[in-house]
Amino acid sequence: MSFTLFLILCLNGLQYGLLLFLIAAGLTLVFGVMGFINLAHGVQYMVGAYLIFAFTALTGNFWSALILSLVMALLIGLLLEYAVFRHLYERSHLDQVLATFGIIIFLNELAKVLFGPATLTIATPEILSGSIQLTEQLRYPVYRLATIGVGLAMAIALFLTISYTRTGMLIRAGSTTPEMVAALGVNIKQLFRIVFGVGAMLAGFAGIIAAPIFAIEPGMGDNILIIAFVVIIIGGVGSISGAFVAAILVGLIDTLGRSLATELLSFVFDSSVANQIGPALASMLIYILMAAILVFRPKGLLPAKGAS
Amino acid sequence: MNTTIKSAATATALSIMMATSSLADDLKIGMVVTLSGPPAALGQQIVDGFQLALDQKRGMLGGQSVELIVEDDELKPDVALLKATSLVEREEVDFVVGTVFSNMLQAIFKPIVQSETFLISPNAGPSTFAGKNCNPFFFVTSYQNNQNAEVSGMVANKEGFKNVFVMAPNYQAGRDNVKGFNQTFKGTVTDEVFTPLGHQDFSAELARMSTSGADAVFTFMPGGMGVRLVGQFDGAGLKDSMKFMSVFTTDETTLPGQKDAAVGFLAAGNWAPDMLNEANKAFASAFEKKYGYIPGGYAMQAYDTANLIDSAITKTGGATDDKDALRAALREADFTSVRGDFSFNNNHYPVQNFHALKVVKRDDGKFHTSFVRTIVEDYKDSFAGDCRM
Amino acid sequence: MDRGVLIGGIIFGLLLAMPVILPIVGANYLSGLLIKAMLLAIAALSLDLIIGHGGMVSLGHAAFIGIGAYATAISLENGIEEILLLFLIALGATASIALVTGVLALRTSGVYFLMITLAFGQMTFFTLTSLAAYGGDDGLTLWSLATLFGSDIVQEGEGLYFFVLVILIFTWIGVWRISRSRFGRVLKAARDNPKRAEVMGYPVARYQLIAYVIAACIAGISGLLLVQYAEFVSPSIAAWQRSGDLIVAIVLGGLGSRNGAILGAFFIVIMEEFLSSIFHEWRLIYGPLLVLLVLYAKGGLSDLILPKSSGGGA
Repeated sequence: MSFTLFLILCLNGLQYGLLLFLIAAGLTLVFGVMGFINLAHGVQYMVGAYLIFAFTALTGNFWSALILSLVMALLIGLLLEYAVFRHLYERSHLDQVLATFGIIIFLNELAKVLFGPATLTIATPEILSGSIQLTEQLRYPVYRLATIGVGLAMAIALFLTISYTRTGMLIRAGSTTPEMVAALGVNIKQLFRIVFGVGAMLAGFAGIIAAPIFAIEPGMGDNILIIAFVVIIIGGVGSISGAFVAAILVGLIDTLGRSLATELLSFVFDSSVANQIGPALASMLIYILMAAILVFRPKGLLPAKGAS
Repeated sequence: MNTTIKSAATATALSIMMATSSLADDLKIGMVVTLSGPPAALGQQIVDGFQLALDQKRGMLGGQSVELIVEDDELKPDVALLKATSLVEREEVDFVVGTVFSNMLQAIFKPIVQSETFLISPNAGPSTFAGKNCNPFFFVTSYQNNQNAEVSGMVANKEGFKNVFVMAPNYQAGRDNVKGFNQTFKGTVTDEVFTPLGHQDFSAELARMSTSGADAVFTFMPGGMGVRLVGQFDGAGLKDSMKFMSVFTTDETTLPGQKDAAVGFLAAGNWAPDMLNEANKAFASAFEKKYGYIPGGYAMQAYDTANLIDSAITKTGGATDDKDALRAALREADFTSVRGDFSFNNNHYPVQNFHALKVVKRDDGKFHTSFVRTIVEDYKDSFAGDCRM
Repeated sequence: MDRGVLIGGIIFGLLLAMPVILPIVGANYLSGLLIKAMLLAIAALSLDLIIGHGGMVSLGHAAFIGIGAYATAISLENGIEEILLLFLIALGATASIALVTGVLALRTSGVYFLMITLAFGQMTFFTLTSLAAYGGDDGLTLWSLATLFGSDIVQEGEGLYFFVLVILIFTWIGVWRISRSRFGRVLKAARDNPKRAEVMGYPVARYQLIAYVIAACIAGISGLLLVQYAEFVSPSIAAWQRSGDLIVAIVLGGLGSRNGAILGAFFIVIMEEFLSSIFHEWRLIYGPLLVLLVLYAKGGLSDLILPKSSGGGA
């Protein structure tokens, strides 16, 4: 394997990991702070992608569409919270699973009815559409580098907010001892709403920046939701830094595994056998990692402090 | 007065009789295609192509008025099975037309042929039913799945490619296509890469391509995967250093998403929308006029399927009860295929010509595959020998 | 008489009568739909044993359906056709895999249990997709089916229908008797307060493992029957979405109640068929319907039919 290939795999893994982090961040907070299992979180990712598609077509400009999409993603998140989720905070996890599952079904179908079942694409914004020369034969798109930069910036901003602001302190406190925070006179419902709205917006943002690279299609959020759950379990529920480490880890393992599993296996096995089990094994890697972590370190890599 | 009533009554009675008799003679055709999820566009082409042929014959095939029942398999085997059995048992259809995907065909195959209903596939052509499991009640109007890839290997030989990078998704059809290509390609396959189904990010594969030293890439990436791959291939700037050759990757269903990035890419197939025979010119223009998009192979094969049924029902004089007579009529394939010469092999898979195709941009800004040259004539699949029929 | 038994009796009475009623109303095709619903109900009943009664929420239960189905399909491909033998093979395969994954999974609890079972489910799914000799992702059409003492009575039509129905009734009785036994009471005690159950000296972990393996075995049997019914098997039956469907069925029906799993399974299958036949975009109705049911029918369907059900839920 060449060094270029390895470099590119790492960059891709990093990019995928940061995308996962944007989704997992909201999920882990909603889960950690409110004890709420929100399956519809993945659908917010899809909503973000469709919003940027619709607004780009409408305004003809990526940047204004970006602002509009973020605002809309936030509003849709708040609307769902108001209409459905706030009635479920006191209910069992299984009720939450069932209700948010119903929302997934509805929004996936709505996307199909409004935009058609086919795969959609949008162009990368003009200013980021170039590519830089990595090796003699291969260029790496600027847009991908930009998403890595933006993802890192978001991660740092989120980390600072959680660590140093009053809201962040309340969120941390809320994730470990919600009764205590409420007893101190904090409006816990208000706090929930903020966490929820921001979480939805972050997932929407992930969908927006993913849209120009990956194709936009109904149901695109379903599988990434499962991976995001894997990330927060590996990282430790309610922990932002845990989600970050786990997201990067999952991103790298998945990307490197898919590319290298077959190659590594072919040292041991016949190439046709390797071709057969390699991809299956690669798809399993992150689940094997999660199962191992759950068995040996059940609270995740970096559990939220005091989490019970 | 009296007579008027009488004649009116007779007229009513007569019209009721006619109505019931035409009801009784109604030809019932069930269709099982994928109309949900990302590949829904493929199923829609099949519905549209079939409907166009029906409309052109004023809703009749072989002189019989047709009731068409369209079912969506949702790309789930259990759903496909349930829809298929309901078509056969509840609706008691005369024909089932389907499916888009081979795994859906596997799911519905047995209950349909066991009920002695004719099953005609307008797209899926797996090897499973071409060899020893071929069936007297099963016909394919598209191709055998491996054939397009086999022809791609011949195209690669003709273009003079020495080293080719081969890539496909890791499932049965993907492996079949790779096998098909390797079977006919005479040069060296530098890499054989299998990606997961529904793969999103091809940059690792593109990096491998760039260092492989191959002069062309051959791939099979249907639907959304193809849209992503072509966009990322272009983005990585590989278009200048290697040729792109594919099957079911740059076709009329994906080109609206791929646009300029795909222009000049090579493909292989049994047809292109700009083929010059009269039947095809009429078909392509009528189709685009009615549905507002350029038809792909899926629509063409469905159109041919309707015409095949039309020819067979004409031959039997409208009867569908005598299954042997109907089968014999279908086997003759006595209709004008828009792709040119068409006949059935002993396993009821087509014998037809295959061509090299190329993606072009039309003056009005739309994209389609274009006929380049015929590569092989009267091409038969390699499984028919095992079929005892 | 217990009203839960009464409702169950009515359901089974209706199912028994269906092969007579359906031909009269000219709806024979519905028997396939009913078999599908009964198979879902068998799997849902088994899942309710560990979720409803045991409080162990698994998101990998469909994997056991898949293991049972593939064990059956592979045996059939190799010429083993006697259904009683196939039962043993399917049970052996699911039980041994459930034993291994169960030991590991039960080191966790709550949401962590859900995620580790998801992990095992996904590993099973991807393993099945890599079985190229048995169709890989595309699945496998089966050319021979199981026989009962050499007769083809359980292969299709009414024979298969009644065979599935009998197994459904056995499962229904079995799951309820387990839940009423001392074993079941310990499971429930562990669900409500694991520490107390432990302190009281019950071998909680071992009981939970046994329940997990029993549930897996029943799911494996439904996999065997699914192969017999569909004459086709593909990895998609082991996908995590299928596990999700099972959870939806039992939560909809009412957790840990006597008939909840059956009601939920029939509701899903019949709603899908009914809504999709009147409206192609039926999911636009189905999704909000689920939300409304959660918000307003708190004890599930069995509670709607039978308020204050004696078999009280979770």
